[in-house]
Amino acid sequence: MNNVLKHYRFMLLRRLTQLSLLFLYFGANAWGWHFLQGNLSTSLVLEKIPLSDPYAVLQMFVAGSLLATNILVGAFIILVIYFIVGGRVFCSWVCPINMVTDFSAFVRNKLQINRIEEKQPSSRNIRYWVLILSLVLSFFLGVSAFEFVSPISMVHRGIVFGLGFGWAGAVIIFLFDLFVLKNGWCGHICPLGGFYSLLGRFSLIRVRHSEEKCTLCMKCKTVCPEHQVLYMVGKESIQVLSGECTNCGRCVEVCEDDALNFSIRDYLNNTQSKEEK
Amino acid sequence: MQPRTKKEPLSDRRKFILTMARGIGISAIGGFVWSAYVDELKASSCILRPPAALAEKDFLRTCIKCGLCVEACPFDTLILAKAGDNRPLGTPYFIPRNTPCYMCEDIPCVPICPTGALDKASVTFEDKLNINLADMGVAVVDAKNCIAFWGIQCDACYRACPLLGSAIKIEYTKNERTGKHAFMKPIVDSDICTGCGLCEKACVTEKASITILPREIALGKVGDYYIKGWDKADEKRLEKATSQTTTTDISKKSAIDSLNANMENFYE
Amino acid sequence: MSLSRREFLKSSAAASAAAAIGMSVPSSVQAQADDVESSWRWDKAACRFCGTGCGIMMATKDGKIVAVKGDPAAPVNRGLNCIKGYFNAKIMYGADRLTQPLLRMDKDGKFDKQGKFAPISWKRAFDEMEIHIKKALKSGGPEAVGVFASGQYTVMEGYASQKMMKGGFRSNAFDPNARHCMASAVVGFYQTFGIDEPSGCYDDIELTDTVVSWGANMAEMHPILWSRVTDRKLSDPERVKIINISTYRHRTSDLADIEIIFSPNTDLALWNYIAHEIVYNYPESIDWDFIKRHIIFAASPVNIGYGMRRSDEKSVKDGKYNDKEMETVSKEMQKVVSEKEAPALKPYGYKEGDIMVNKNAGLAHWEISFEDYKKFLEPYTIDYVAKISKGNPDEDINEFKEKLKTLASYYIEKNRKVVSFWTMGMNQHTRGTWVNTLAYNVHFLVNKQAKPGSGAFSLTGQPSACGTAREVGTFTHRLPADMMVDNPQHRKITENKWMVPEGTINPIGVQHIMKIHRDIEDGLIKFAWVNVCNPYQDTASASHWIKAAREMDNFIVTSDGYPGISAKVSDLILPSAMIYEKWGAYGNAERRTQHWRQQVLPVGDAMSDTWQWIELSKRFTVKDLWGEWAPSGPRSEKLPSIIDAAKKMGYSEDTTMYEILFANKVAQSYKLDQRDPIQKGYDNSEGYGDSRKVIGSDGKVFDGYGFFIQKYLFEEYAAFTRGHGHDLAPFDVYHKVRGLKWPVVDGKETQWRFNVQYDPYAAKAVKKAGTNNSHAFYGTLAKALPFGDLNGVKNPEKKSLENKAKIFARPYMDPPEMPSSEYPVWLSTGRVLEHWHSGTMTMRVPELYRAVPEALCYIHPEDAKHYDVKQGELCWVESRRGRVKARVETRGRNRPSRGLVFVPWFDEKVFINKVCLDATCPQSGQTDYKKCAVKIYKA
Repeated sequence: MNNVLKHYRFMLLRRLTQLSLLFLYFGANAWGWHFLQGNLSTSLVLEKIPLSDPYAVLQMFVAGSLLATNILVGAFIILVIYFIVGGRVFCSWVCPINMVTDFSAFVRNKLQINRIEEKQPSSRNIRYWVLILSLVLSFFLGVSAFEFVSPISMVHRGIVFGLGFGWAGAVIIFLFDLFVLKNGWCGHICPLGGFYSLLGRFSLIRVRHSEEKCTLCMKCKTVCPEHQVLYMVGKESIQVLSGECTNCGRCVEVCEDDALNFSIRDYLNNTQSKEEK
Repeated sequence: MQPRTKKEPLSDRRKFILTMARGIGISAIGGFVWSAYVDELKASSCILRPPAALAEKDFLRTCIKCGLCVEACPFDTLILAKAGDNRPLGTPYFIPRNTPCYMCEDIPCVPICPTGALDKASVTFEDKLNINLADMGVAVVDAKNCIAFWGIQCDACYRACPLLGSAIKIEYTKNERTGKHAFMKPIVDSDICTGCGLCEKACVTEKASITILPREIALGKVGDYYIKGWDKADEKRLEKATSQTTTTDISKKSAIDSLNANMENFYE
Repeated sequence: MSLSRREFLKSSAAASAAAAIGMSVPSSVQAQADDVESSWRWDKAACRFCGTGCGIMMATKDGKIVAVKGDPAAPVNRGLNCIKGYFNAKIMYGADRLTQPLLRMDKDGKFDKQGKFAPISWKRAFDEMEIHIKKALKSGGPEAVGVFASGQYTVMEGYASQKMMKGGFRSNAFDPNARHCMASAVVGFYQTFGIDEPSGCYDDIELTDTVVSWGANMAEMHPILWSRVTDRKLSDPERVKIINISTYRHRTSDLADIEIIFSPNTDLALWNYIAHEIVYNYPESIDWDFIKRHIIFAASPVNIGYGMRRSDEKSVKDGKYNDKEMETVSKEMQKVVSEKEAPALKPYGYKEGDIMVNKNAGLAHWEISFEDYKKFLEPYTIDYVAKISKGNPDEDINEFKEKLKTLASYYIEKNRKVVSFWTMGMNQHTRGTWVNTLAYNVHFLVNKQAKPGSGAFSLTGQPSACGTAREVGTFTHRLPADMMVDNPQHRKITENKWMVPEGTINPIGVQHIMKIHRDIEDGLIKFAWVNVCNPYQDTASASHWIKAAREMDNFIVTSDGYPGISAKVSDLILPSAMIYEKWGAYGNAERRTQHWRQQVLPVGDAMSDTWQWIELSKRFTVKDLWGEWAPSGPRSEKLPSIIDAAKKMGYSEDTTMYEILFANKVAQSYKLDQRDPIQKGYDNSEGYGDSRKVIGSDGKVFDGYGFFIQKYLFEEYAAFTRGHGHDLAPFDVYHKVRGLKWPVVDGKETQWRFNVQYDPYAAKAVKKAGTNNSHAFYGTLAKALPFGDLNGVKNPEKKSLENKAKIFARPYMDPPEMPSSEYPVWLSTGRVLEHWHSGTMTMRVPELYRAVPEALCYIHPEDAKHYDVKQGELCWVESRRGRVKARVETRGRNRPSRGLVFVPWFDEKVFINKVCLDATCPQSGQTDYKKCAVKIYKA
């Protein structure tokens, strides 16, 4: 039992975080709680502190909206938070879609769909293209383009304010990840993930690999939704510096050799491995 | 006929160009589909927004879809557009026939808006919030199906109006058919009507015969080149008046060109 | 066949175009047009709702009512309706319509007062009623069997129930909800004219120059009449003046030239001010010739209390009224004369601070001299009246005075015709009878009564408050056609017509509707039956009566179409046929009687109230009911046995009331006949039974009485009216016309009663008296009076006042409960246009429910701020008796001044009658729902 807990400690913590946030948001609308109001686009903590999705704010800016101070402050707070804890911590610890895609990956694994097609046919850089495209469209359409189609907001808003056909967004992503592309949404397409990846390049908390302890079991690479970031496993003792790492902690918890751990970024002695370049 | 040659591996430079080109191409396809979809949603302009909302175009670009206004509404009037509502996703709106805006005096939905998409200044008068300044829409009466225009003593909309007597007035006219009754017809004053929709909710016909429409859709606009001679206040419009060069089909050519054009039409 | 709208237009247009040019229509087109026409049937009826009495047409299709239209031939409304009338077709088919009898039972199927309702058969229902009525009779005699009757009964239902109660059970514990609505007007008519109901008619509206609305929100409560007033105003806006006199601003002010907001209860002072103005400042406007020929002056005691419970009543002695309640109720015994009322009471010898000991004075009054009347009027100067009656604290007193002067000037202006309309504001009043008589005072002084375009006119609230409650006499003290149970002569006439022995009718008729509730609480009444009304929602101090019904040893039955509060409070519920599911007739406020036929079969196993009464009558025999009854309740003498007398009339001890009262030889002579054009093609569920094959009270399929019971009941009742100034036309005539205003003499209706030019009875009376008077107030009640002064009778010798009417000296007095520091706000209750009474019907019409889903607490914005309650939020409205939660409305249709709130009573979720006080006019027994003191605070 202890072993199970140990093996899933971060996973359980993440689910707890994701669900409690959802619950707090839901309670604010359903029962008028004042702890965390709004949704992932913009929230209000304790009726005072604003939080805003910096990517949404960026789109608004590009779309030509006059930005209110509240929003700028909110976006800044969020940027600082993710700067500290890791850009894509949003993806693995907060975003409700993460639960859908994790589940999809789990089913895909169980059904062994991976074995139909070992090599993923698509580039993980699509998300940056989508990110750029969303800003271009925002500029020309005069609205926040991604916010109009985002399945993340659709599902999250749906859970807090009423779902409508919002469930379809989750189902599409589930099926897409299951049958079309492994880790398709979070690992390839989602521009919000792309945005936080860019932030993650500079953020403070990072996973560190220690080559000396590694027994090359490669469990970490199997569980990692962004396994390209673990290129150094078994090769060199460095931090995982890629912004695409979501700090989900799966690699840490599955590693039985204590070769992977969270750490604080060492700004001085970190060299980007040539292999990544 | 030349023998087939084995393909040379692409040079890095060429590979880069091709990748970029493919990226741009796919982006273009995606971009067109994406923008068509967004455009379609934006086009559904017959939407009633919360009080103090910016003009629809600015509203759409400023609203961050956080739902704080929805949570603030004590009457559950406001809804965040869901997928399937055929309205810009995540933006707040209301359907007066179901739940109208009850025009709270403290307008809780407005000050909470973090982005200014709901513009507090537009409902503030002398430093105090005043819901009567809201212009969510305007009530429009279907005089054919409004039973008051049949002579039925209804006025349900009038009595439901929070600004009755000013936003909805009753026009009294004689009912010549019966010879002894009067029509009491509801007439909306669009200057005062806030578009709260209490009238639409109250209307007793099967489908409401008084409906709230966004002001841009329901109202016409008079040019600033004519001012009511009997209304001093109307001169305010002169502030914006400018002279314009006018063009019609007959005047689009310059005077010289049309003078020099042939004269066939003037004589056989 | 289904035709699209377009096809229909095309074919009917083709048919009419062809007809117009005399062309023969191709048969296919003709057939199509006919087919569309004939899939429904139109037939005339009366609107279910208010006392206006609009004529409507009902469309029936496949055995259901599908549509309604205003009847263009109806003189009242000429095809128009208000929005309640607009929905007549939708009131009968609510999803929760009661369709079978329901009894509170335990798990073994035995009656259990604490049990849950479960369906039972009609037979079981009547078994239970029989058991519990017999139990009640044994415990307290006829007085222990009560009925909550109705102003919404059809004429026939009212007559059947009256006959069974008074002629069968010998009980006068029988009183309608119309008591709450019209009783003060009735006593006002009796005391002034000696006969009930208005002298004028709606035609006055088109003829008058001035409409003064006193305590009536005609714009919402009588919309069709209001549209006639509006039309009158439009036709001559300069000449025609509209004045709205009310305790708060409402929609009737919209059209008004003058709006007078007065402090509750000071309408007495306003009327006396106008009289004062006439007598003191414009004596030349008094038509002395008219007065001398037609009018006498009269006075009555002033220390008459407020119709609340007295200290010797059982429930008060038992402590069922808590200390808070007793603060108000104790004023029934004595009160301190206040500063406000002292000047008005000065002519009676009272001064501020005096203790006034209240006594039950009944209806006693006596003649006084004009000088005494003038002395009585002396205090009502503009200064005093303006001071006590200004109802809006924010209004300037001088402006208010100007308004009062203008008001008086309209009554005084010689050639100006004036109609004064009122409803509940003047009737629901602890001095309701008084204020009604004060209205006639002013009209009489200037000779503006019972003339085309002039007169004081009491509007009714219920569709047949006049036609049934008043004319049939479904009151505790009344018999048909203005006869009284306490008059031996009247009892005898009635007993003869009913073919029951002399002495059958109980001579004590004092159990009015409030008294019935109180008698249940006191444990006297053990069985009560609710008919066509909702007494547990519509009665003030409601908690008392509901507690008594639920917790005491009694048996409450409710007959209704829908489950309202009364049904919930009951032990047994009977499903009733609704209005268009039975033959019926209503009488409106202008004395217009209107009949309709049964349009459709009732829903489920529902049967009409007439049927229910007749079936009940089968359960009781001569020996059950007509033996001797010991003194009980208000009756201090025994009721003698009439069994021997009955035997002499050919009845046996076992003859049922059914055979005597309903299926006698006369009744049998009214034949069912499908060749009769009136009956042809129409159902008669009571006469024939019907295709539903309802299992009746004997456990067998009910297949009809076999005679035309409705026509029998109507004609037997109408015989009472004919020859007494109430004359109704024959049953068949009413099915051919759009109603007639009684008295119908030689086939002609009467527009202005008492006026020699228009009323044949007045002409006859004047001829008999040998005078050339213009009027004859020929009513016969209280038409011989002793003489005295303001303080009492001086010469007890009674003098006849034949053909004369009365002007009464009746002062302003405070109501028993007024705002204080603890309860600082006046509460007035009333209605809204969208909902009818307790909402059992209109709250089930989706459109009306959506339009007004809940009752709001209308309050002045400053008051809302002061009591820290916000627009749109909930507040508590609390009195000494209870509290309810209501939503605050500072905008909208009703705009009270500071110090008053208005809450409508239609909404059972906002049960405002828990808060109201059951004080009544001591003379009429009508509750004052318009005044009590409350506090408002945040919920």
